[in-house]
Formats: sequence, structure tokens, C-alpha cells
Amino acid sequence: MTYEITNPPPDLMVLVKGRLDTLTSPQLESELEPSIAKSKSLVLDLADVDYLSSAGLRLLLTLQKRFKKEGGSFVLRNIQPGVMEILRMTGFLKILSVQ
Amino acid sequence: MNVAVTLQFAADKQKLPEVLDQLDTNLMSAGCPEEARMQLAVAVEEIFVNIANYAYSGKPGSATINIKADAHQAVICFADSGFPYDPLKKEDPNIEQAAEDRPIGGLGIFLVKEMSDEVRYERRGDMNILTIVKKY
Repeated sequence: MTYEITNPPPDLMVLVKGRLDTLTSPQLESELEPSIAKSKSLVLDLADVDYLSSAGLRLLLTLQKRFKKEGGSFVLRNIQPGVMEILRMTGFLKILSVQ
Repeated sequence: MNVAVTLQFAADKQKLPEVLDQLDTNLMSAGCPEEARMQLAVAVEEIFVNIANYAYSGKPGSATINIKADAHQAVICFADSGFPYDPLKKEDPNIEQAAEDRPIGGLGIFLVKEMSDEVRYERRGDMNILTIVKKY
């Protein structure tokens, strides 16, 4: 997994590439933390994410709760079909903002 | 092509990339389509990480993964000699809950069931045996 910050805080945009799994999801969360702490909105571009496990779902839910609590916005963009199916079957499409 | 392999790994989540690489290579040889390979990888990750995190209570142990696959279905069998544990007894999460009410986590075994056509658990001697079957 790699990522690129395409827009800085406070309107943070991040392009993520690769897999969001048990090992990489906590890594992404901790490495983005300094930027997230300074942001009122976050867009995660998942165009190059082809794999999402429950650890990835855990990260998305954590971010959703956090931005909602602080009155910010959290949006997922460019989701691939396989990842979209996982979000659908776990009910995540109903609780996340997707573009 | 028919694939039948037995792989053994230390029950350590750092081994996950190796587990998923070997799974993908074998499923690809069997002619398993891409979408099914991704879904099986999700199921295998959840089960392997469960074994790594909980089966041996922090002590070293191993996980054996047997893969039998052809162009139509995969049967993947996990064996560990950790504490007796049937993950299928865990209640499914409520996927209709609002974000603020949903617990963080608890989706792993639910995903395994969703990604598979059949999931079976048995305790055989001192082994936990979990088998998933997926048709494609």
C-alpha cells in the first residue's frame, strides 16, 4: 500500500494505492494522523485500491465516526467494483458518503 | 488445472502477505476468476489473522492451509492446534445500524460467510478445522 496526499489540510485529499488489509490499514491510519488532525474534511480516492478486508472497513468506520463527531465530512471516491461489493454486503454503503 | 497444495505458516500476522501471495498464485493456476480470488483472499485473511491473534494466546504456533481448487470451485481448509474455538458461533453484526452506533470491528467472520458458499467448523482431536467452499 502506498498513498499520496493530493490536497493538504484542512481539506485533505489522499490517493490510496494497493491493499487495505490487516497490516496496511493501521499503517495508513497512523501515517495520516498528523494531517487528519488538522483537517475538517477528508476525501479518500480509492481508484487504485483493489482489496479491502475487515481491517480496511474498521479504518473507514473509525474515520466516518471521527469526522461526523467533529462536524466534518468524509467521502470515498472512485471505488472499484470488488471493493464496492464488500461495502454493499456489510451495509457500509448506507453509512458512508460515496462519490 | 486441478490444484491441491498444503501450506504451513507461523501463526503470525506478519506472514499475511506471504499467505495471500501463495493463495493467489495457486488460485490463478486453478483458473479461478479475479473477483472470486479477491473474495477468497478476504476470507482467508480474516481466518488466518484470527488464528494468528487468538489461537495460541500469544505463544508461537502454526496454521496449516490446504487449498483444493479447479476452474469451478475452491475448498480451503485451515487447521490449527490452538484453543478450541468455533468462530461460526459468533453472532452476525447488525449491518443496518447507523455509523455512530456500529461497533468498530466484528465484521471478520461475517465477511468469511458472505464470501463463501459454505463454511464448516469441526474440532478434530486437538485441532480446529475450518473449511470454506466457494463456487465460481
